Amino acid sequence: MINVRELTKRYARTTAVDHISFEVAKGQIVGFLGPNGAGKTTTMRMLTCFLPPSAGTATVAGFDVLERPLEVKKRIGYLPETPPLYPEMDATEYLKFVGKLKGLSGAELDKRVDYACERCAIVDVKHKLLGRLSKGYRQRVGLAQAIIHNPDVLILDEPTAGLDPKQINETRDLIKGLAGSHTIILSTHILPEVEQTCEQVIIINKGKLVATDSVRNLQARARGAESVVVEVSGRNGGLDTPVVQEKLQRVAGVSRVSCKQQVDSRAVFEVESSKGALVRGDLARAVVESGWDLNELRPSAMSLEEIFLQLTKTEDPVEKAATQGEQQ
Amino acid sequence: MRNALIICRKELRSYFVSPVAYILLIMFGLIFGFFFWNALGYFVIEGMEMQMRGQMFAMNLNEQIIRPLLQNVSVVGLFFIPLITMRLFAEEKRTGTIELLVTSPVRDLEIIVGKWFAAMLLYSCMLLFTAVNFAFLFKYGNPDWKPLLVGYLGLLLQAGALLAIGTFISTLTKNQIIAGAVTFGVCLLLWVLGWVSGYESATWARVLAYMSVITHFESFGRGVIDSKDAIYYVTVIFLGLFFTARSMESLRWRS
Repeated sequence: MINVRELTKRYARTTAVDHISFEVAKGQIVGFLGPNGAGKTTTMRMLTCFLPPSAGTATVAGFDVLERPLEVKKRIGYLPETPPLYPEMDATEYLKFVGKLKGLSGAELDKRVDYACERCAIVDVKHKLLGRLSKGYRQRVGLAQAIIHNPDVLILDEPTAGLDPKQINETRDLIKGLAGSHTIILSTHILPEVEQTCEQVIIINKGKLVATDSVRNLQARARGAESVVVEVSGRNGGLDTPVVQEKLQRVAGVSRVSCKQQVDSRAVFEVESSKGALVRGDLARAVVESGWDLNELRPSAMSLEEIFLQLTKTEDPVEKAATQGEQQ
Repeated sequence: MRNALIICRKELRSYFVSPVAYILLIMFGLIFGFFFWNALGYFVIEGMEMQMRGQMFAMNLNEQIIRPLLQNVSVVGLFFIPLITMRLFAEEKRTGTIELLVTSPVRDLEIIVGKWFAAMLLYSCMLLFTAVNFAFLFKYGNPDWKPLLVGYLGLLLQAGALLAIGTFISTLTKNQIIAGAVTFGVCLLLWVLGWVSGYESATWARVLAYMSVITHFESFGRGVIDSKDAIYYVTVIFLGLFFTARSMESLRWRS
């Protein structure tokens, strides 16, 4: 559906987007991830024909953004970072205006306006002036505007920025509900959002593509070594942490044990083992046989957050050494 | 064409939903009403004096009221045009709604023409106020209506040219005040350029005088359609809209 080849955007002094290539299949939700200023918005603006690329090509539904912009624009629904609302219009009027701009008319226009209002849960503010709406409602009207003409592709620039947690959840559900009938690209710098809504992730940093993969693969890839969290408590109110640590360390296959936290007679350890070694059974046995209670034993999945930091981290040995020194 | 009309309707709506249009109409109505009352009073007194002295010069409503008044409107228009055009693009750029327009399947030219035409319609509404005043002349006298129509045509052409320039200036900034102030300056400059011809007759002076918007209105005010003047206005309209289109394009390359 979307095909991006070596897309580049250069400004006078900086390169905002540097030879990015990716593909998005029909009906997918793709998370566009990166720290602030990574080039997410610029890439999206190029896809929506707002900015012309300096080099490279991008096609949407088979139409090139430079050669057939009108065809591309017909097939795209776009929600910019700040919803483009006219404060002096009410929601219905606004949606009608946008619908007409996108080529709808007559009964179909009315039908789509009703549909979009219902879909984005803005029926109760239909006749309120947009300038008076709260941030959450503005965002939803913005979303309604993007889906008004039933576009093949939805491009959403930080659709949950500035919303409260409840609204964030509602918006995410709404976006998930729209998948299937639309191909969706959404940008964000909030990681759980991608974990929860997207199937595919594209991570960019400083204008360069860092990774593009499915959420699950990324997690698996980043988790080089297996790691297990073990919570142990002593029977009679006391627990000698170094002893436990040593005991766990002696289990075959374990490479490193660190004590994460200790409260009274309970302690949480993180046990790392080489890939493929099945240590969980042995760990449990070691704990129980030593007379301690095993409260919890679970594999620790690396959150996307950690993956993200790992992938976008700029390697700077001096700085790294300095922080390590501080920790010690 | 359909898209231009959609944009035009939206612009007109925002003029008339906010107090902008009403304030402009009322102020213009007041100012023109004063001019009219003044000119008419002068005309009546002059007529009475002539009768008392027993002189019989021909009195002419067209020459003595309509023509100077149209000339006044053409100058007063200069002050109102920046107020009409300053928000056209500056406001959309400030609030980010320009992104919606530009990413919709609409050509730049349709957006520009739609906005410019909405500004023209608002100016025409202002001219309607003058028509109400002139209607009294037709009720109580019998002026020739043809020069009046030509005068209106001239006013519309002149406004079209200035509005096109104002539209262009509005694309250059996010700040309405700046857009308004610069447009105002340019309008005034285009008026006073004509004064050079009063004391200087070199080629450069004639070129400057030719660029003045007001001098080109004189023939229309007299009720004469001079193709030279009509071509001037039409050229400025096209140039203004052309530069607006280029400016919109560069907006994307730069931003």
